[in-house]
Amino acid sequence: MTGPGAGDTGEARDRADELASAVRSALEDGQPLQIVGSGSKAFYGRIPEGRPLSVADHRGIVSYEPAELAITVRAGTSLTEVEALLADHGQMLAFEPPHFGDDATVGGTVACNLSGPRRPYAGSVRDFVLGVRMINGRGEVLRFGGEVMKNVAGYDVSRLMAGALGTLGLLLEVSLKVLPASEVQVTRCFDLDVGRAIDTMNRIAGTPVPLSGAAWENGRMFLRLSGSQAGVTSAAEDLGGEELAGDDAARFWVGLREHGLPFFDGDGMLWRLSVPSATKPLPVDGRWLIDWGGGQRWLGTDSGGDRVRERVAAAGGHATAFRGGNRAGEVFHPLNEALRELHQRVKTAMDPQGIFNPGRMYAGI
Amino acid sequence: MRPAKFPRLSPSALAARRKEVASRLGKVLPPAALLTEPDELRPFECDGLSAYRQPPMAVAMPDRTDQVQAVLTICREMAVPVVARGAGTGLSGGALPLADGVLLNLSRMNQVLGIDLANRLARVQPGVRNLQISEIVAPHGLYYAPDPSSQIACSIGGNVAENAGGVHCLKYGLTVHNVAEVEIVTMEGQRLTLGGEALDSPGYDLLAFIHGSEGLLAVITEIAVRLLPVPRCAQVAVAAFGDVAAAGGAVAGIVASGVLPAGLEMMDRGCIDAVNSFLDVDYPECAALVLCELDGTQQEVASQIIAVTRILEHAGATGVRVSRNEAERLKLWSGRKAAFPAVGRMSPDYYCMDGTIPRRHLARVLKEIQALSGRFGLPVVNVFHAGDGNMHPLILYDANREGELETAERLGGAILEACVAVGGTITGEHGVGIEKIDQMCVQFGEGELRQFHDLKAAFDPDGLLNPGKAVPTLARCAEFGAMHVHGGKLPFPELERF
Ligand SMILES: Cc1cc2nc3c(=O)[nH]c(=O)nc-3n(C[C@H](O)[C@H](O)[C@H](O)COP(=O)(O)OP(=O)(O)OC[C@H]3O[C@@H](n4cnc5c(N)ncnc54)[C@H](O)[C@@H]3O)c2cc1C
Repeated sequence: MTGPGAGDTGEARDRADELASAVRSALEDGQPLQIVGSGSKAFYGRIPEGRPLSVADHRGIVSYEPAELAITVRAGTSLTEVEALLADHGQMLAFEPPHFGDDATVGGTVACNLSGPRRPYAGSVRDFVLGVRMINGRGEVLRFGGEVMKNVAGYDVSRLMAGALGTLGLLLEVSLKVLPASEVQVTRCFDLDVGRAIDTMNRIAGTPVPLSGAAWENGRMFLRLSGSQAGVTSAAEDLGGEELAGDDAARFWVGLREHGLPFFDGDGMLWRLSVPSATKPLPVDGRWLIDWGGGQRWLGTDSGGDRVRERVAAAGGHATAFRGGNRAGEVFHPLNEALRELHQRVKTAMDPQGIFNPGRMYAGI
Repeated sequence: MRPAKFPRLSPSALAARRKEVASRLGKVLPPAALLTEPDELRPFECDGLSAYRQPPMAVAMPDRTDQVQAVLTICREMAVPVVARGAGTGLSGGALPLADGVLLNLSRMNQVLGIDLANRLARVQPGVRNLQISEIVAPHGLYYAPDPSSQIACSIGGNVAENAGGVHCLKYGLTVHNVAEVEIVTMEGQRLTLGGEALDSPGYDLLAFIHGSEGLLAVITEIAVRLLPVPRCAQVAVAAFGDVAAAGGAVAGIVASGVLPAGLEMMDRGCIDAVNSFLDVDYPECAALVLCELDGTQQEVASQIIAVTRILEHAGATGVRVSRNEAERLKLWSGRKAAFPAVGRMSPDYYCMDGTIPRRHLARVLKEIQALSGRFGLPVVNVFHAGDGNMHPLILYDANREGELETAERLGGAILEACVAVGGTITGEHGVGIEKIDQMCVQFGEGELRQFHDLKAAFDPDGLLNPGKAVPTLARCAEFGAMHVHGGKLPFPELERF
């Protein structure tokens, strides 16, 4: 495996040709590949199989024009580097991606489609994907979408790549829509039980306030407002609550995003539940943390996976065994028969020999 | 790759086939939901791209999902191609019928199935009109954000199939950003749910993938859309410019400044004149007009209007008018909204293009369009979503004049190629349909096209859904002889092109 070791100097490098030939020779040998960025999300999904192929030193900014609200980077580019560059120009990745490690890459971020606290109000990774350059399972270098804001020419393969966990192809470049960074952020907190907090977060999300985060932990609800000074100040006054000082607020939201809060300590089993945001608290014993205005719920529990899945499905959602589960079994919520069959066919259409990240998402896909 | 090939039937063979198909469909549809008489079929012969006309073999008008399943199952068994249609306002001929196919008209599936205020979702059938949703939820201070200009008429199913946009999508996104879940029926008669009421769902993002698929992958039979709170306040600034480049510069300046306008539109002289003579909106006579709408809380809008006015003036605006109340705001927008009908009055026919480009090339591409217009001898006026770089050059022509439609189409093709050459796309929101199918060969190479066909086959192995639209066969591209413009680099860059 090459990089992200000694050669990882952070310099821009275009390794597209090498990667394409690595894929082609793997195809010839019938050798499955495990696509590796920095490894920051290696814990996520089922156990990776195949020979590691690193994309971490295929890196660098390909183009960035702040006035276009778009950036194109090679997949191995570090997320930190991209965020710093955008911040220099008063812009941001509005989906507020978790890094889960110092060297998280943009490719891995898109492949996992993990978004932070701003997600319900701004959109997820897939919402900001404008285009990709990729290698499909025939070893062809293909380009879908582009850098423009709107594009309906051909099927939207680029958004399909978001969250596919590398099982449909190897990402070479990603174009993302970026947004102006907020002028100010204010966090207000309130003492509330979980049920009332969920109701309140959803009621407020139905009114025109510049909400950019809504979470609950341990008897406290946190609401974050972002935008122009004028808009945020007046909205914060209307909300009431107690203001969380700037540093504490930043620590809270980063801790929530990166799983640095004490809630996430320990090696127990951690579930990620995704449910319609106004869903009442679910009847499963354990420790709960609510994010995304009720839409994303973290659960530490010893309850069996079947019970968790059953409860969450009844609420119209799905559950992921995020950390600490049996990674040889199903990590993601099982698909029904018809949907599974369609997934299989989509996989075969993109990767006919099944060489990319086999089994990372579901057994057999 | 599986190119859809269907035998061209002789009139007598077609009549026999129609009878056979009708007798099968008649068993699963009530009589009023099945049309097979030639004079009943005529009204369905075209969609919004009326230059192409073709009556279908039959029209099926189900009002329930199980009827859609039954129709598709029969059509598959009999190898009959199917074209889905919503309201038929599409501008690229995506819902153009096939002579030997069934037109599956979904406009009778027009029920609002439920509003979930707590989760801010509306669940509707595909034939519900776009504007209807916002009207229904307005009393709750909510609305459905994507607002195509055709929103009084177009259907939500059609919006999903085209990934429709509108004036407000720079800030609020396209259809794909505002839909939580769809139910589809595949050509194999399978009923599937993609997405869900949660903010994401397990597996591949097939929900995103179905957006913009132009009826080629599956029939959309139910949609849950996300609702947003109506902003407290909105104001529009209208700025006049002495030249198009300065207006383009203002657009870039606003976007770069950190303000995210709710709408950012532009019109050129030809369009301003058309609008001024069509209705009493009293736009200043100038080379280009920029409309910039800001929304949010009162305080936010007030501070942003000041910032935007400064940018507009700095970019060389000769005058800036700001709406002082809701009536003035609506009046200033009325001209933009009436732009297409206003142009329609100026010319017997017009042909609307939909290329999208990086904003920084606006002035350059507008200049190229003017040059092309002169070369082909047909006037072109421009009105467009400048904030998104989504251009709508309107080519004015007269279909009754021998050869003019063909000239308009060639001019349109050349304009789209100019968009691709600067790193843009041939269609931002209207879809490829039948209209831009040859330009797909310019935008994509063989590998991408083959990948599209393979993905299509994953959903529709027999190639029976809307065959011949949206994605050209490789053979067609070879015939068209297009050069694929790769990464903005044309072969022989030293040759002058427009
Ligand atoms: C005056 C005017 C202004 C317009 N302005 C805009 C604009 O601002 N923005 C914009 O994006 N578009 C605009 N359009 C284009 C058009 O209104 C949109 O493309 C709209 O989404 C089409 O919806 P429809 O219901 O009319 O679909 P149709 O025209 O009936 O069909 C369009 C395509 O969708 C497919 N389809 C329809 N329903 C289904 C279904 N249920 N399942 C599967 N496939 C289906 C059809 O097969 C076809 O390929 C405009 C059109 C006009 C005439």
